[in-house]
Amino acid sequence: MTGHSAHSQDTHNPGATACGCGHVHACPPDRSALVSARGLSLARGGRDLILGVDLDVRPGEIVTLIGPNGAGKSTLVKLILGIERPDSGTILKPATTRIGYVPQRFEVDPAIPMTVGGFLALGHRVSGAQVLAALTESGAGRLVNQQLSRLSGGETQRVLIARALLRNPNLLVLDEPASGVDHAGEADLYQLISDLRDKRQLGVLLVSHDLHVVMARSDRVLCLNGHVCCSGKPEAVAQHAEYARIFGPGSGRMLAPYRHDHDHTHGISGSLQSEGSLHSEDSTTPRGGA
Amino acid sequence: MSDWPEPFVLRALAAGLGLALIAAPLGCVIVWRRMAYVGETLAQASLLGVALGLALQINLTLAVILAAVAAALVLIGFGRQKLLALDSVLGLMHHAALALGIVSIALLKGPPVDLLGFLFGDVFAVTQDDLYWIFGGGALVLALTLWLWRPLVRLSLHGDLATAEGVDPVWPRALFDILLAVTIAVAMKIVGILLVMAFLVVPAVAARPLASTPERMAVYAAIIAVLGVLGGITLSLNFDTPGGPSIVLCMSALAAISLLAAGRLRR
Repeated sequence: MTGHSAHSQDTHNPGATACGCGHVHACPPDRSALVSARGLSLARGGRDLILGVDLDVRPGEIVTLIGPNGAGKSTLVKLILGIERPDSGTILKPATTRIGYVPQRFEVDPAIPMTVGGFLALGHRVSGAQVLAALTESGAGRLVNQQLSRLSGGETQRVLIARALLRNPNLLVLDEPASGVDHAGEADLYQLISDLRDKRQLGVLLVSHDLHVVMARSDRVLCLNGHVCCSGKPEAVAQHAEYARIFGPGSGRMLAPYRHDHDHTHGISGSLQSEGSLHSEDSTTPRGGA
Repeated sequence: MSDWPEPFVLRALAAGLGLALIAAPLGCVIVWRRMAYVGETLAQASLLGVALGLALQINLTLAVILAAVAAALVLIGFGRQKLLALDSVLGLMHHAALALGIVSIALLKGPPVDLLGFLFGDVFAVTQDDLYWIFGGGALVLALTLWLWRPLVRLSLHGDLATAEGVDPVWPRALFDILLAVTIAVAMKIVGILLVMAFLVVPAVAARPLASTPERMAVYAAIIAVLGVLGGITLSLNFDTPGGPSIVLCMSALAAISLLAAGRLRR
């Protein structure tokens, strides 16, 4: 896809793969990518969850999967992570690819006592200082002694990102990171992800059903509806007929440049959404061309 | 009180305390994975083991272990189908297993069987052989539980995250189910089929409000279980109450105190 950047504006071609080559699966896997998938299909109970999907994520780029509910976004993520196996298709993951995964809807049963610090160290050989450094990097340093089941949505996401960072990843996979987070917290969260990408040169694979904030931050957007119905730069996808059909006419206008005015400073231990919500007028993106 | 040093009392104490230590970490995982109903089903299925042992004239403890493990394997198999929730399968299996066990025992020709003894257990009827089972089998169960501990905690927290990070999603859970079956089978003689799950779950429930980490929850559960066993056996010796129910009653009282205190602190 971006390997064929000349084609990246070519967003739809019925029967062809998203790489835009014009014929099915003509593109070989990209060996320079952190993960390169070709022709992934998975059916369950006689229903195609995803069909013939190609996907590449390269170092330093943010790729966003959008699509309606049931479009197969989470299924595709599970295939990439190796939680599920595809019925057909190939996934090329170089041995150097280290994935940090931030799952969707991480709700800890309060029956499990677990501190944030304990959770980060669980299954990792890490020191307390490394745990604290990862939490600080994700803006959750002050949460280290909190119980995991008592965190808010935004706090939970930052803790999960910290856990992913402890694996020293070069590919970060986030499934709906903004679910359960308010609008201001959402903008902060995408800012964090973007900052991490810049600082660590991470490849980022992001799932979202949310259009405006996410898409403007992405290098590439894949609109998924079982198959890849369009892909390319955010502006190009937003103008696409298929995209308009799925998300409704006028949804392209929601794509406004991401704006996040910092009228406050983040403490060393990070700021959290409760703080950010004071500035919600500044940090949300204008809607509907208002 | 001159009964105190009697060997049957010492055996009861040894069996109860041994089981308390084995059951504590298992009980925590049962609470986290919401498996109390699975445990109930395994316990009821172990009555079939009694019938099997009597019919084949083999060691009863061994027969009960075999029946409970077989039931665990059936449940692991059912867990792989997606048509019915496990809860529904258990609703069918756990009553069917109890009914089948009671009918099978009734059909057996031979000396009369003390059904109530199996349903409620008899901690003062523990034999030297039982102690070998509890401490030999128990040591193995405890060692394997500790070996599986981290994967089980990670899978309990979030299955997909653990799997994506390289934890096998199938084997630790399946092995745990089998360990649970063995523990239930061994504990059945002491606290009985109807109360064995209380022996496992109640100390873990009581420990939860006190603990801030999974490991502390297991240690506190063990301490509470030991207190419950000591209290229950004391109660039983002094007031001639049945052993198993007395132990479970003491554990439940401790759990009630713990939960009420936690509720009050939170307010």
